[in-house]
Amino acid sequence: MTINAASFRELKLDRLSRDFGTHNALKDVSLTIGKGEFIALLGPSGCGKSTTLNLIAGLLPATGGGIWLDDKRIDPLRPEERGFGMVFQNYALFPHMTVAKNIGFGLKMRGVAKAEIDKRVAEAVALVRLQGQTAKLPGQLSGGQQQRVAIARAIVVEPPLVLMDEPLSNLDAKLRLEMRAEIRRIHNTLGATTIYVTHDQEEALSLADRIVVLRDGVVRQVGTPEDLFSRPDHLDVAEFMGFRNKVKGTVATVTEGHATVAVSEAQLSGRTRNAVSAGGAAWLAIRPEDLHPVAAGQPGLKAQVVSTEFRGREFVGFARMADGTDLSFLAHDKLSPGEAVTLAADADRVLVYGEAA
Amino acid sequence: MSAEATSIPLKQRLAARGLDGLTLLVVPAILFLLALFIYPFLYGLILSFEPKAGGALSNYQRFFSDSFLYGTIATTLWLALPVTVATLGLAIPIAFRVRLMQNQRLLTTILVIPITLGTVLVAEGLLNYLGPQGWFNRTLMTLGLISTPVKLLHNYWGVMLSLVITGFPFTFLLTLSYLSGIDPALENAGATLGAGPWERFKHILFPLLLPGLAITFCLSFVQAFSVFPSAVLLGAPAGPTRVISIAAYQAAFEEYDYSMASAVAMIMAAVQLAIVVAVLAARGLLYRGPAGGGKG
Repeated sequence: MTINAASFRELKLDRLSRDFGTHNALKDVSLTIGKGEFIALLGPSGCGKSTTLNLIAGLLPATGGGIWLDDKRIDPLRPEERGFGMVFQNYALFPHMTVAKNIGFGLKMRGVAKAEIDKRVAEAVALVRLQGQTAKLPGQLSGGQQQRVAIARAIVVEPPLVLMDEPLSNLDAKLRLEMRAEIRRIHNTLGATTIYVTHDQEEALSLADRIVVLRDGVVRQVGTPEDLFSRPDHLDVAEFMGFRNKVKGTVATVTEGHATVAVSEAQLSGRTRNAVSAGGAAWLAIRPEDLHPVAAGQPGLKAQVVSTEFRGREFVGFARMADGTDLSFLAHDKLSPGEAVTLAADADRVLVYGEAA
Repeated sequence: MSAEATSIPLKQRLAARGLDGLTLLVVPAILFLLALFIYPFLYGLILSFEPKAGGALSNYQRFFSDSFLYGTIATTLWLALPVTVATLGLAIPIAFRVRLMQNQRLLTTILVIPITLGTVLVAEGLLNYLGPQGWFNRTLMTLGLISTPVKLLHNYWGVMLSLVITGFPFTFLLTLSYLSGIDPALENAGATLGAGPWERFKHILFPLLLPGLAITFCLSFVQAFSVFPSAVLLGAPAGPTRVISIAAYQAAFEEYDYSMASAVAMIMAAVQLAIVVAVLAARGLLYRGPAGGGKG
């Protein structure tokens, strides 16, 4: 395989900021990315993840901080001088060029000889499995095929860094799963350092070596998928990682790494994720799949069933507590609306965040 | 027709074919077109074959045997084609610059003012500014760049300049709208692939703009080809700027030969049509799909 990633040690974002007028899209983002890593920038829309990507690509000038590739400061460079590969959300294929011309465009701009371009385009086409489609125009391809062309076009120039801006968001669910596996396979084959922007935590968890969670232009947490999934640092990160139930209570007791929180007359224990003091307010974060109905007398959150949905193996239930807090949970049996229910979760499945979080 | 089909009310069946109450709104437009375009055109066409003297084709024979008449075709083309190329040549770079500007609307408004002034006012202005005692010549003479006034009026250049000034806003607006229709992500993609500004223009923007430029060319050309007021006011209507519309005017209102004037008008239409068809045929060879980068 001739396609392989050009060499560098690390990409460093140093207190990178971007203002749009009075609005701070990105505030002092610092991050170090090693060679060969697959990094996902994850966050809800408007969190600054696409802004970060555009700053790295050079499509948007930074208003503060710098970007370094090893010892070279690259943020004053224009995008065409950086030589990074980028896959756009809407693919941005050149509609008037054939698939082969699209893929070979970057090589042509670099002044590579015609024979060499043909050879490398053929290799890239084989890598993304588009043999036999090279004479077509992008408009004649399906969405998934267009996506493959966009990926081939970005990687054929052997960029030190591949940037992907929500590349799967325009595809249907089945194709998205297929292309996700494909992107991972291509990354494993080439080992190209990749920064991948997504709002889908499942995509980030399954693809990335490390995930950077952004919110309101600030890095909230950086960690491996396992870290983020089971040990989110903040309540909002936990919520984004699937801890959809948020219950407020008062801390009763605190022991090494654990706390018991009183919610009305019930008491629930969980692992603490930040400073928690007895008597202070705290939030409990629980995944719907860890919250189950228990017998009426047992300790747990008391609520009234709103509805249940059949999901094949079990039921997903929705309930409301007396103070109006909504809960979702899993149940083995169908429950009728209005029924009183007591919901509990294992202590090591519950996260406790002190009010300050 | 089967029983089931006839049982559907006529109104509903017509609506399914796109004919409903709203379709009637087309009627005034059709009447307008018939009264003001189709009828005069056919009337003129028939009239041109009914000359004052001679056979049905004698008007055309006269036109193509008299160099004073057939020469107007070349004169008009010699004005209209360079004017169209010049306005496009000005409009493209300015549109490329304007599309990136913050206060696009203000600048566009300023650029569009000449279109609202009309040809005659522009001609009057040029008569003042470009005349031997106008500020243009006086400035150049004060600066010592020339010793005698440059002759820019009552010749080819006067008409040319006025046509560029009055034709530019239209060409510019059309070019700007075609340019804005190109997905900006394509240019960004080009940049990340290593293409500099000139290469992005040459390989991405220009090929996608070309079909629109062909249409702009046709419309600007037709406007410039039918030049009359500025050819009379700023040109030399007896000589170098004796355009084809002047020939038609003279036939109609100096010789009172409406049949001959109609023949000239028909020849004028044929020449315009020939150029437009040639440009559109060439456009057919270009890529004409959407100027977007992928799935909408």
